[in-house]
Amino acid sequence: MTIEIIIQAIISGLLMGFIYALIAAGLSLIFGLMGIVNFAHGEHLMLSMFSSFWLWTLLGLDPIISIPITMLILAISGILTHYLLIRYILKAKMIVQICATFGLSVFLRSLAQFLWTPDFRNVGNPLLEGRLEIAGIFIGQPQFYASLVCLLSFLLLYLFVNKSETGLALQATAQDRKAAETLGINSNKMFALGWALGLSCVSIAGTMMSNFFFIFPDVGVHFALFAFVAVALGGFGSIIGCLIAGIIIGLVESLGGLLIDPSYKLLYVFLIYLIVVIYRPQGLFGR
Amino acid sequence: MLLQVNNIDVAYDEFQVIWNVSISIDQGEMVALLGPNGSGKSTILNSISNLIQPTNGEVLFDNKKIHLLPTYMRTKLGISHVLERRRVFPFLTVKQNLLLGAWNGEAKIQKEKTLDEVYIMFPILSDRSNQLAHTMSGGEQQMLAIARGLMGIPKLLMVDEPFLGLSPKMIEKIKEIFNDIVNKGIAILFVEQNVKLALKMADRGYVLESGHLVIEGKSDYLLNSEKLKKVFLG
Repeated sequence: MTIEIIIQAIISGLLMGFIYALIAAGLSLIFGLMGIVNFAHGEHLMLSMFSSFWLWTLLGLDPIISIPITMLILAISGILTHYLLIRYILKAKMIVQICATFGLSVFLRSLAQFLWTPDFRNVGNPLLEGRLEIAGIFIGQPQFYASLVCLLSFLLLYLFVNKSETGLALQATAQDRKAAETLGINSNKMFALGWALGLSCVSIAGTMMSNFFFIFPDVGVHFALFAFVAVALGGFGSIIGCLIAGIIIGLVESLGGLLIDPSYKLLYVFLIYLIVVIYRPQGLFGR
Repeated sequence: MLLQVNNIDVAYDEFQVIWNVSISIDQGEMVALLGPNGSGKSTILNSISNLIQPTNGEVLFDNKKIHLLPTYMRTKLGISHVLERRRVFPFLTVKQNLLLGAWNGEAKIQKEKTLDEVYIMFPILSDRSNQLAHTMSGGEQQMLAIARGLMGIPKLLMVDEPFLGLSPKMIEKIKEIFNDIVNKGIAILFVEQNVKLALKMADRGYVLESGHLVIEGKSDYLLNSEKLKKVFLG
């Protein structure tokens, strides 16, 4: 095993890590804001991949161009999810909330199978193809740009939440909903915004991944699982935690696969997760 | 009248906690809402804010019915509500907390100016403007909560238990601040258990006992009332 192969694995791990981080950030934002775990997160990722696929198939729009459209589609479905479903279960028992979003995930996955069959699809001849070579290290172009776009989106999200007025109102609503209401902040609107933002994150990741991933109704399951791990590992509600945890998961998956055995990739990720939550149940950046 | 609460009943699910209570406040008045623990004082503030909706009766502000409006629409009208136990946003800075107090309408336009005024009134908040709210002492957090309420440029400031857990020195400070606020023409409605302390500050008081209004009137009158002693001493 040469040093190049190890560096190669580190870079691939990092690249996937940034994508995991953005997916997890969407999940974390929604959870941090209203204490609801979106078990349909993977299905929202699947929907964004299918949106991107159909925009390419029917209108000939390359994923890199259709990002704003898939974002809009997912943001609107986020707002609808809030007003048609989540709004009614905000004060309900936790089990009700779990069943609601879990039910949504089953519904969306079945709907996708019904409408589009369980076939594997892919976007043929995307604008981003081939690979880059830097000092003997090969990086797939689609992966590289997907990762770059996800990282940039992540930074934008971070700036929005921490610097903009609306972002601060989101945080205020997350920290004390009642107090925010007495100051004139419409928490219902903030929750809808949270869903729109959270699913926009997912849509960016999904659209960029449709360049190099097969698209099928169950595609989101694996990514949602990693997103849950990233949120718990990074600390519930912490956006920066998602970034670090996403990177850790990407690296562990890639290096573990290279150095030990690729068929146990998931095992390494969950092992790291278990070790962290045993010693730090609130996650790395939880408070 | 600035605020009129007319014959409200309030219930948590089936369990009624307020019976037929009416109170009113004029511009620039300081009014205390008194009563033993669990007598429904906070519930009345909460129903004025519509954090809980009265089952009967009405709430008027500036002669307009407001009891059906959602909570967040009240700052626009000129009502600020400082909740029990301060409820500052713990992981935001002092300044961020303050600016969130000026979220609506006119207050948002004026926020830089109001912020300056608030800093003059509470110099300690100016010194600590970049500190996270949860790292401050209870008294400082109470000042922050009141200052945040003032950022909305209210006509009526409602404060729930402003002195809870504060040192005597801090209590004096909050009293001074209350006087400053009233002198600016802002009415204050506050909830307090310490009758003597409250009535020495307030113009008038209302006394509640298990959800019923038992006695009301000017502070001097209440301080010498036999009925008041009976409520608190049993």
